[in-house]
Amino acid sequence: MALETITMTNNTLLKVEHLSMKFGGLMAINDLTFEARRGEITALIGPNGAGKTTVFNCITGFYRPTMGMITLQRRDGREFLLERLRDFEITKLAGVARTFQNIRLFSGLTVLENLLVAQHNALMKASGYTILGLLGLPAYRKAVDVSIEKAKYWLDKADLTDRADDPAGDLPYGAQRRLEIARAMCTGPELLCLDEPAAGLNPRESAALNTLLHSIRDEGVSILLIEHDMSVVMEISDHVVVLEYGQKISDGTPDHVKNDPRVIAAYLGVEDDEVEEVISEVEGGRL
Amino acid sequence: MSNPSETGNAGTMGQALKEALFAGVIAFGMFLLFVGIETYQDINNALVWRTRWGLLAIFVIVAAVGRFVTVAFIKPHIDRRKLNKAKSGVLEISDKKSFFHKHFLKIALVLLLIYPFLSLMIVGKQGSLKYVDNFGIQILIYVMLAWGLNIVVGLAGLLDLGYVAFYAVGAYSYALLSSYFGFSFWLLLPMSGILAALWGIILGFPVLRLRGDYLAIVTLAFGEIIRLVLINWTDVTKGTFGISGIAKASFFGIWSFDTGATNNFVKAWGLSASSVYYKIFLFYIILALCMLTAYVTIRLRRMPIGRAWEALREDEIACRSLGINTVTTKLTAFAIGAMFGGFAGSFFATRQGFVSPESFVFLESAVILAIVVLGGMGSLTGIAIAAIVMVGGTEVLREMSFLKVVFGPDFTPELYRMLLFGLAMIIVMLFKPRGFVGSREPTAFLKERRAVSGSFTKEGHG
Repeated sequence: MALETITMTNNTLLKVEHLSMKFGGLMAINDLTFEARRGEITALIGPNGAGKTTVFNCITGFYRPTMGMITLQRRDGREFLLERLRDFEITKLAGVARTFQNIRLFSGLTVLENLLVAQHNALMKASGYTILGLLGLPAYRKAVDVSIEKAKYWLDKADLTDRADDPAGDLPYGAQRRLEIARAMCTGPELLCLDEPAAGLNPRESAALNTLLHSIRDEGVSILLIEHDMSVVMEISDHVVVLEYGQKISDGTPDHVKNDPRVIAAYLGVEDDEVEEVISEVEGGRL
Repeated sequence: MSNPSETGNAGTMGQALKEALFAGVIAFGMFLLFVGIETYQDINNALVWRTRWGLLAIFVIVAAVGRFVTVAFIKPHIDRRKLNKAKSGVLEISDKKSFFHKHFLKIALVLLLIYPFLSLMIVGKQGSLKYVDNFGIQILIYVMLAWGLNIVVGLAGLLDLGYVAFYAVGAYSYALLSSYFGFSFWLLLPMSGILAALWGIILGFPVLRLRGDYLAIVTLAFGEIIRLVLINWTDVTKGTFGISGIAKASFFGIWSFDTGATNNFVKAWGLSASSVYYKIFLFYIILALCMLTAYVTIRLRRMPIGRAWEALREDEIACRSLGINTVTTKLTAFAIGAMFGGFAGSFFATRQGFVSPESFVFLESAVILAIVVLGGMGSLTGIAIAAIVMVGGTEVLREMSFLKVVFGPDFTPELYRMLLFGLAMIIVMLFKPRGFVGSREPTAFLKERRAVSGSFTKEGHG
């Protein structure tokens, strides 16, 4: 099933080219190039401080990259240069939604309201930028019903229907994670960016998350995720990009990455000169 | 059982005495310059001072005795009651609400509608002037202002310390346009609202990229700028003299309330001359304006824009990640809040018949903000209650001549308005840190509408 989707839509959704991000003297990302393909789960991994979240913030417009180009091609053929859009336009026009490493829910709003806020742009249009909505026209009421149906759909997917009328801040941690993903999905994205979705989850919650992510991918939404938990990454992702010190050190299928000596060195913490040694060894072996 | 409680009693008495002494000392320190010394102008217009030791002593005694009674009797009593309740194991949560509780809003609205006639019946025409004007209209103006500010502070979470600027824009729009061009109240009411909203946008545009404390300071400065312009642009605004003789509102152009007019309301209905009819008319106008504010707020909360405001208060970054343009969202909140401030301002101008920059000082902004915070940010009912307590309370102080019996004949209670205002605020914030109504009504629900506890909602970061 998963293999089929890969072969069917094997085209590029997101292309990151020569991306660099400098904070003062610190080079957080240095000439990074990778791509995410449509219908796949692409994982971005690397040790702490490798610049994964910075890449995310560049893609979703929270940072403006120092250099480089981020191109997103939508299904209908429209292309967007994300580094030129403002953060909210990236979600609104380019169809990129994201979640945060430290969950950012509207904790005082109910679960349902959280999902309705995510459909803001569609509802704003339907309400004639509030003016027609104030008059209570049937077209707006219909749009509200549609938005509630959509919210229900994602509540069901995220297994949160029972908690729909509770404040989001009242949910347990795992449910908050799922709600944040459901909320991002309610914006109707083509690319979903998840920043460490499995962080802090117990094994059961982690399994529920995997099911949710697979069902999202099966709907044709591509996923780009940052993850620390290697078991999660290896289990669900189709394509893995490994960062270290802001540079790409490996790129390929989970199996390929798992056996890459540079990745092993980065994760196990080998001395720099030893890395050179290992690389030359491996490359020598290959030749 | 009796023995430990007795020794405990002796312990509390000692503790109470100690704390009472301490409270007395603090009260002495606090009120020494406040109350103990009074400055006044003598016959030669020179500023001299005299001491009021007696009054100071009364203040200190009240503080000390109050503390003693609290610690020795009231606190043990409350503790005992709590303990008994915990022992009996019955939780005091019942789903049944009393009739009054359920229909509170309807009852309140009906009371408001018949209020002027009630006061006419009970205290007569002359007495009603005070109750309709000083209490009714005055409180309702603050209710409306606070509801307007509630959109900015309570819903969108933007701390605005210069709200009175929009009130001033509304008031001066009406005063100037009516005295220079002779436009009527009913034309200028929407116009001053629109002008105030325009100023809201003009202010908001450069300022809304600031957050939190920075936003608060800039809005504070904006309020002062408007006031200083009003003082110094004497050609147009007549400076500190203010604009007087502002036209009264008419009954939609059918009847006038000017005494000389041929279509005078009193003459047309064959009533005996009294200004109370105009006051009652104004009461209904401000009541209608308040209802409009409430209606629009309630409707907007259920619209996408209102939800976006509340989401903005909860988490601005999450809002941006969901494709919400936070700048326009903040601007609309600012503009709509300002618009209601403008409406209230033009009403204020027509009611007073006189506007001057003195009515639009920072203290007004602070009072309105205090009402919003005390009421519970976002809650219309709570804010209305807070306005009644705060504004009505200060008006009631004028009536409390019996306090003279306690504090001596030269005690004027309304001079202690601000002192008591502050005291009341501290007390409310200690016991109800989220305001009178801390919970929030969700705007949409699947199965049942349950209020969201105040512990989950955020105050916003500007």
